Amino acid sequence: MLKPLFIVAMCLFSSLIFSKEIHQERSLYRNIIVEDKNDVLCLQFNTKSTQLNQSCIYKSAPNKLFFNYVKMVFSSLLYIDKPNNVLIIGLGGGTLSNVIHQLYPNASINNVEIDPAVVKVARKYFHFIETNKVISTIQDGRIFIKRAALKQKKYDWIILDAFNGDYIPEHLLTKEFFEEVKSILSPGGIIAANTFSSSKLYDHESATYYAVFGDFINVSRHNRSNRIILAGLDKMPTETEISKKATWLEPRLSTYNIDIQDIRKIIYSTQGNHDWPTDTKVLTDQYSPANLLNN
Amino acid sequence: MGIELLGGRILAPFFGSSVHIWGSIITVFMLSLSLGYLLGGKLSTHNPSLSKYGFIFLVASISITPISFFSQPIMAFIFTHIEDSRYGSLLASMALFFIPTVILGMISPYSVRLLVTESDKSGQIAGILYFVSTLGSALGTIITSFYFVLAFDVNSIIITFAITLGLLGLIAIMIGSNVRREAPIHA
Repeated sequence: MLKPLFIVAMCLFSSLIFSKEIHQERSLYRNIIVEDKNDVLCLQFNTKSTQLNQSCIYKSAPNKLFFNYVKMVFSSLLYIDKPNNVLIIGLGGGTLSNVIHQLYPNASINNVEIDPAVVKVARKYFHFIETNKVISTIQDGRIFIKRAALKQKKYDWIILDAFNGDYIPEHLLTKEFFEEVKSILSPGGIIAANTFSSSKLYDHESATYYAVFGDFINVSRHNRSNRIILAGLDKMPTETEISKKATWLEPRLSTYNIDIQDIRKIIYSTQGNHDWPTDTKVLTDQYSPANLLNN
Repeated sequence: MGIELLGGRILAPFFGSSVHIWGSIITVFMLSLSLGYLLGGKLSTHNPSLSKYGFIFLVASISITPISFFSQPIMAFIFTHIEDSRYGSLLASMALFFIPTVILGMISPYSVRLLVTESDKSGQIAGILYFVSTLGSALGTIITSFYFVLAFDVNSIIITFAITLGLLGLIAIMIGSNVRREAPIHA
């Protein structure tokens, strides 16, 4: 009876000892905490809770990716040729940007982050690499994309990663927004979105993506935990083409702790496999209670 | 307040959800309310009547409707002409919310004028009015943000607000004209 309690107490105690906050700052949008826990350095928003880690790196091996969902984003590469223009909405620790830059040093990468403090922390603690090819813009993602569309800019890999654990910018989860994203996608390009998937929002999100892109691809491990949506492909590569790409990517991605062959197993298309009710309401600028639906 | 809250929703697709959006919206609402109070007070000195009071509601209702019909082209125009989303959002909320909020602001002082019959009760009546209108704002805020946005489109909510205001205005005008017709009998 007392044993489990004792273990819990020990765990709490040890986590208090071994994790220490090395940076704490109240930005315009949130509390930013950088926590140092043994070999792992994590960026957290708002509260000191492992549930809300935004970005983590291994201090001894900063190239090895920590989070599964970040690794899953790289499944995009099975469907596109070498990316030249990458757009990342939501910087976090800059991990995605760093890995993509190392994989494709000639690719232009534009990171868009609303919170200047996040960019600062990414530079200071997470080795966020910036070059003349890799830049970051402090702006709301929606505005950046709207302006990019006006300037007729195109990107061949657009990564939407602006949702943190407890708050969704609702204007980044609507049909109109996805249409704007679609308008700046190059032919042959792909959109990868890190999404929520454990609530009522799952259905609404699926219905909204379907309304704009038609059938899309889900990358998701055990049922409905973390889901990466891949959408916007103008033509689906054949299985052999995908296998070829996977073989080429496998050694290159393994450096970053990404097992692309393993990720391949958790990819499935929504074609003939709609797991949301047909009458699910599509989220629009007029109707977007994403945060309420996520409860 | 319900409209102010929806303002954030309406502006977000063009101007984002940065802090300055709320700065713009709150600034415009406070500015136009203050002007509305001034104008309403002034208006109440010229033969105040229930019909005129109802007329303010009616005008308010009419001035809210364009928010649901023309907000997209207005915001698109501002978005393409102003790069800085701070001034863009300020101008957009000015264009969309200034006139309706000025008119809504006129209601409070006009109500004081209509309800105050004895000057020694004026403080009490003003107090009750502040109570009612601020409580109404609180209810409008919570109902809109907690429930309306989950059930309805932004436009439907705006139209419902407009229709409600319009109906209240019409009722006031009808009662007002009845009172006037009956007035000679009582006199």
